Amino acid sequence: MAPIFDLRDVCFEYERIPALRGLSLQIAAGESVALLGANGSGKSTLLRLLDALCFPSQGTIDFGGQRLSQELFQKDGFALGFRRRVALVFQNPDVQLFNPTVFDEVAFGPLQLQWPKEKVVSQVAATLELMSLAHLRDRPPYRLSGGEKKRVALASVIVLDPEVLLLDEPTSTLDPRSQSQIIDLIQEWKGSSKTIITATHQLEIVEDIASRVAVLEEGKLAASDSPAEILSNHELLLRANLVHAHRHSHGTVTHSHPHLHAHSKHEHEH
Amino acid sequence: MSRGTVVRSTVMGFARALARALISEDIARRRGLLQSLDPRVRLVGLFSLVLAVTLSRRLWVVGVLFVVALAVAVLSNVSLAILAKRVWLVVFVFTSAIAFPAIFLTPGTPVATFAGGAVHITEQGLTTSGLLIARVETAVTFTTLLILCTAWAQVLKALRSFRLPQEAIAMLAMTHRYIFLLTETATQVFESRESRTVGVLPAAEQRRITAATAGVLLSKSIDLSNDVYLAMQSRGFRGEIRTLSEFHMQSWDYVGLLAFLLAGGAAVWMGR
Repeated sequence: MAPIFDLRDVCFEYERIPALRGLSLQIAAGESVALLGANGSGKSTLLRLLDALCFPSQGTIDFGGQRLSQELFQKDGFALGFRRRVALVFQNPDVQLFNPTVFDEVAFGPLQLQWPKEKVVSQVAATLELMSLAHLRDRPPYRLSGGEKKRVALASVIVLDPEVLLLDEPTSTLDPRSQSQIIDLIQEWKGSSKTIITATHQLEIVEDIASRVAVLEEGKLAASDSPAEILSNHELLLRANLVHAHRHSHGTVTHSHPHLHAHSKHEHEH
Repeated sequence: MSRGTVVRSTVMGFARALARALISEDIARRRGLLQSLDPRVRLVGLFSLVLAVTLSRRLWVVGVLFVVALAVAVLSNVSLAILAKRVWLVVFVFTSAIAFPAIFLTPGTPVATFAGGAVHITEQGLTTSGLLIARVETAVTFTTLLILCTAWAQVLKALRSFRLPQEAIAMLAMTHRYIFLLTETATQVFESRESRTVGVLPAAEQRRITAATAGVLLSKSIDLSNDVYLAMQSRGFRGEIRTLSEFHMQSWDYVGLLAFLLAGGAAVWMGR
């Protein structure tokens, strides 16, 4: 199957500080991929490039066979079509919630994409119901809890019913219950035809949200494989700063081993 | 008070003001006369009463309008104690300071004489000062009622209906939205600094830390504004904001609008 995203030797810099260094990656339509990496490994930058909010300084990104470029996004037809198909949920929900009320927030995307007003009203109401947010529709975003903000941020993009969902650390800083709700939602989408690309450094959620894991290390692709393969490669996880060496003593013997948080409890042999 | 302390107390005061804004939204959610009306009717109606107060030249007419404001407040479930504390007392102190010289300086019939006849309090001076204070008290009461009984989001939506430029409304909305976030950040920065400070720092050091904090907040707000713009672009923003008007006028709203306009018109006519 032709990839929906095809990245070749992509480089990107923030004021001469490299964030991505020659990254190549293909993502098929309908695939659910976890971008796994430590802080500063380039995950968020990669998601912004995939959402065409910035463009590579070197290398190319093709979407559905079309090369993404600033010139292409000057054309309203292409830009609106792309925004309809690809949506990004930012890591910090405060960035994404800029409207006076929850209803306005969820309606913002459909209105910019020039949907008919009746459709906007009905779709926003349905999305608020789906995300259990209907009771908050007139609430201003600053009066929401962290978990509610995250759910509103998700609602504001899923109302568009995009083909590709880009999620930046969707469960970070959430309490366990809110985390579980978000994971349940991602699992539901995983079963549909949507392409879901999730950036995370939380190993414990990877198996639930992805069928393939791409590990990023200092702006490069360090590995790409199934969750089981990646999570069992302790050397790779240690090198990519995703686990840390756990030093402890048993009587007079002190030793260290990788400390993995992928499961609720960990066991090892001595 | 050193400059660092002044900045800190200003930020904390601002945070308290924002907390009060949250209480205002609770009043807006109560059941009451103003809350039952379409926000556009509230905006036009109360604005017409403010205009009537400003144009009225007779003290008794302004007095009647003040009684109307009290009645509207009671019927809208707004505590008179809140109005007294937040509006009447503050307005009285500031307006009196401005109006005080007029008692002596306005020419007219003397009602009291001081300093061997050199200084007079005149009847006209008392009327002018009284009219100024009554007008300001009444106009600010109507404006406060609008703010207390209408969530900011609805005020903005009502303004949109009057064809104000969408960009201007969007800027107001975002300022209101992010001022909370930045105030919260500023408060946290000051609190975290305080938790790591022992004793009183020298004034020069306080100024240095305050300037550094201001710099950090400025760069945070620039980063935030860049990210907000990207988030808007990501959802299809192409330079022109499109919005939705959800208001629908009911017959009760037309009755309310008519009552406001008649009251305002009558006050202007009688207060000529």
